[in-house]
Amino acid sequence: MSTQDATAAPPAAGSENYLNCSHGFRSWFFTLDHKRIGVMYLASILSFFLLGGILALLIRTELLTPTRTLMSADDYNKVFTLHGAIMIFLFIIPGIPAALGNFVLPLMLGAKDVALPRLNLASYHLYLVGALIAVLSIVQGGVDAGWTFYAPYSTTTNTAVVTLTFGVFVLGFSSVFTGLNFIVTMHKMRPAGMGWFDMPLMLWALYATSIIQVLATPILGITMVLLIVERVMGIGIFDPALGGDPVLYQHFFWFYSHPAVYIMILPAMGIISEVVSVFSRKHIFGYRAIAYSSIAIAAFSFLVWGHHMFTSGQSELMNMIFSALTFSVSIPSAVKMFNWLSTMYKGSIRFDTPMIYALSFMFLFGIGGLTGLFLGSLATDVHLHDTYFVVAHFHYVMFGGTVIAFLAGLHYWWPKMFGRMYDEKWGRISAIVISVGFNITFFTQFVMGSQGMPRRYYAYVDKFEPYHVISSFGSYLMAAGFFMTAWYLVKSLYRGRPAPVNPWGGGSMEWQAASPPVVHNFTDEPVGGDPYDYANQAYDPALGGYVLRKTEVSDR
Amino acid sequence: MSTPHEGRDEHADPHLQHHFGSMAQQYDSGKFGMWLFLVTEVLLFGGLFCAYAVYRANHPEIFAYAHQFLDKTLGGLNTLVLIVSSLTMAMAVRCAQLGQQRRLKQMLAATLLCACVFLGVKGVEYEHKWKHGLLWGTRYVPQGETAAPAAAETTVETTVAAAVPADGGTTLPHAATGPEGLADRQQADHDGATHGGHGPMGPAPRNVHLFFGIYFVMTGLHGIHVLAGMVAIVWLLRRSAAGEFGPEYFAPVDFVGLYWHLVDLIWIFLFPLLYLIH
Repeated sequence: MSTQDATAAPPAAGSENYLNCSHGFRSWFFTLDHKRIGVMYLASILSFFLLGGILALLIRTELLTPTRTLMSADDYNKVFTLHGAIMIFLFIIPGIPAALGNFVLPLMLGAKDVALPRLNLASYHLYLVGALIAVLSIVQGGVDAGWTFYAPYSTTTNTAVVTLTFGVFVLGFSSVFTGLNFIVTMHKMRPAGMGWFDMPLMLWALYATSIIQVLATPILGITMVLLIVERVMGIGIFDPALGGDPVLYQHFFWFYSHPAVYIMILPAMGIISEVVSVFSRKHIFGYRAIAYSSIAIAAFSFLVWGHHMFTSGQSELMNMIFSALTFSVSIPSAVKMFNWLSTMYKGSIRFDTPMIYALSFMFLFGIGGLTGLFLGSLATDVHLHDTYFVVAHFHYVMFGGTVIAFLAGLHYWWPKMFGRMYDEKWGRISAIVISVGFNITFFTQFVMGSQGMPRRYYAYVDKFEPYHVISSFGSYLMAAGFFMTAWYLVKSLYRGRPAPVNPWGGGSMEWQAASPPVVHNFTDEPVGGDPYDYANQAYDPALGGYVLRKTEVSDR
Repeated sequence: MSTPHEGRDEHADPHLQHHFGSMAQQYDSGKFGMWLFLVTEVLLFGGLFCAYAVYRANHPEIFAYAHQFLDKTLGGLNTLVLIVSSLTMAMAVRCAQLGQQRRLKQMLAATLLCACVFLGVKGVEYEHKWKHGLLWGTRYVPQGETAAPAAAETTVETTVAAAVPADGGTTLPHAATGPEGLADRQQADHDGATHGGHGPMGPAPRNVHLFFGIYFVMTGLHGIHVLAGMVAIVWLLRRSAAGEFGPEYFAPVDFVGLYWHLVDLIWIFLFPLLYLIH
């Protein structure tokens, strides 16, 4: 393993890697390199995260008082619609798979690229086109139908529904192509010595995610087509005034959008599986159970959409079946949670920024998951339906789960992506600030939701004012944490310490590529083996990172 | 431990991309990707078949009545045309595999011709529906040239009410255009129309327009897929004119062929479901 020492040296100034191998707009925008496509996705989704976040702050500021604070009621409807649509379709769904997944998936397989690089680029271009079309709806005056676009309101409101839904339609193709590409890559590009159960768990999570992307997103596509046709041509299929069935729209929409929740959370769980093991310096506990539970969640995800329609006039039998199936999802989710906790048990835990985010994930996702049971049981759902309890629940899952895990993954792979270490102290501080701010924002929403504060309301009764004020100040704290994060991450690109090959002591193959990797990923063939075996690693203080012990490796 | 990139022949086929170890691996990846794409296509249409099933189960009388307005002869002709095109497409793939350049081009051209005939016949059918007002939603104004102007006004009223901002507020439809109102009006329209010359189709049920809505969306989306397939075949023709395909490299012909068969197959389901029901 003399090669290991060669690649272990920090990148000398001017050494060629995927970032500096070529320059200019075209060399990025038309690249087929999965790493550059991943970085472009990352830049795009973070821009839209900023936009969606600003909209969230506008919502929270408007709700500081029970009546008008900043904007009119109509503007408020448009702001929360855009906040939801941008965060869901432009940020969270492509967030982990298309940005981080694109970067790490071939590296974790020891491959040079994804199987279909041109499709990968097409997926990014479609994302960009779809995103721009969706944002165009703001110029046209916005949309006020809510991100779910429920008919018949969405087919009768005078706002730019067609533009936004057409953007969503295009984004759906982008998502399908990413998922399709990942599935093909994992089937056809695994190196000869790597079986399915030798893959890092991040790849199992991405595989399960991709299956949902491929199987669920076409339904969203046809739903958006029908909605557009309904609006433009008046086809009447969802319009009760024409004999159509608006609940059919809800079925179609949630047949995609519930599995889409797992498109968001499954890759997040994959990141946590990596981070928890690496920062506990201990082999992942229950590898197969975690791998199978990802697939189980993907399978269950298709069978629970009806729990969004408990109060929409579904038959009681269907309600009961969907309720029971909804409860079943908690089993594979809990399998993961307990395996992560068991991995940490008696590990030597290091509280670096990614691990702080991972612990925060477990706490927040635990609350988000358990409050889902309140909503999955029929009797309590009737009380809690369309209240802030629901808002708090899905923010705990989507933000406390997915976004926090995305931040864990971003910090975990940041040195690999850009070859620079960020400021660890500020990383930890802002991780804690974001988590605390999040809890202040959304825990109060559980309380006011259970007391009857309805979601999406512009004006509310005075007794909820203290809760809204606390919630809004929590959101400002969170925003401060995010600006801190943006500041030290950007600073690290210019002033950060050059990253070693393996700063955290990860065992999967991406930690054998240079930081940042060369254009074809590996200068020498990476060494395979158990991705969670840390016994053959030694910390080298001179490098500030881990290297493989030579004797152990030569046995393999 | 070895990876697929090892032992790569430096003098490999120029079509081999850098990240694959062999042409076989590249071909397998492409084919697997194509099959997954076809799965998404099936699901895309699956949504429409689902809508069809829901409406047919809830309103069988609409389907039993309205399908009589579709021309079984033209539909059957189109079915035949598409089946022939699938045959020529399959032969084109075979020709590419065997390196028969001239026959490859002939077969692709024959497939393209069939696609044109299909769309032409479809156009004739659409024009017929258009002339007789057998359209979707509010534009369903069957047969009556005399009834058309009056109905057209209400059409404008109901659709434009949704699209034009009144005062910046919301514009929900008035109660008068609710389910009963519209259905009654259409019933009245149609009762007048049945005397107009469509023959003994029986009394029209309510909301017949739903059938035509589903018909136009399903056949329209299928037509768009036929168009996309034609674009792909033209692309293949250009590449085969340059002699790019042969026993070593025929993947694009194979993949477009798979897509074409799926488009064909969807029509095989659409034809009986829309034209041949009782």
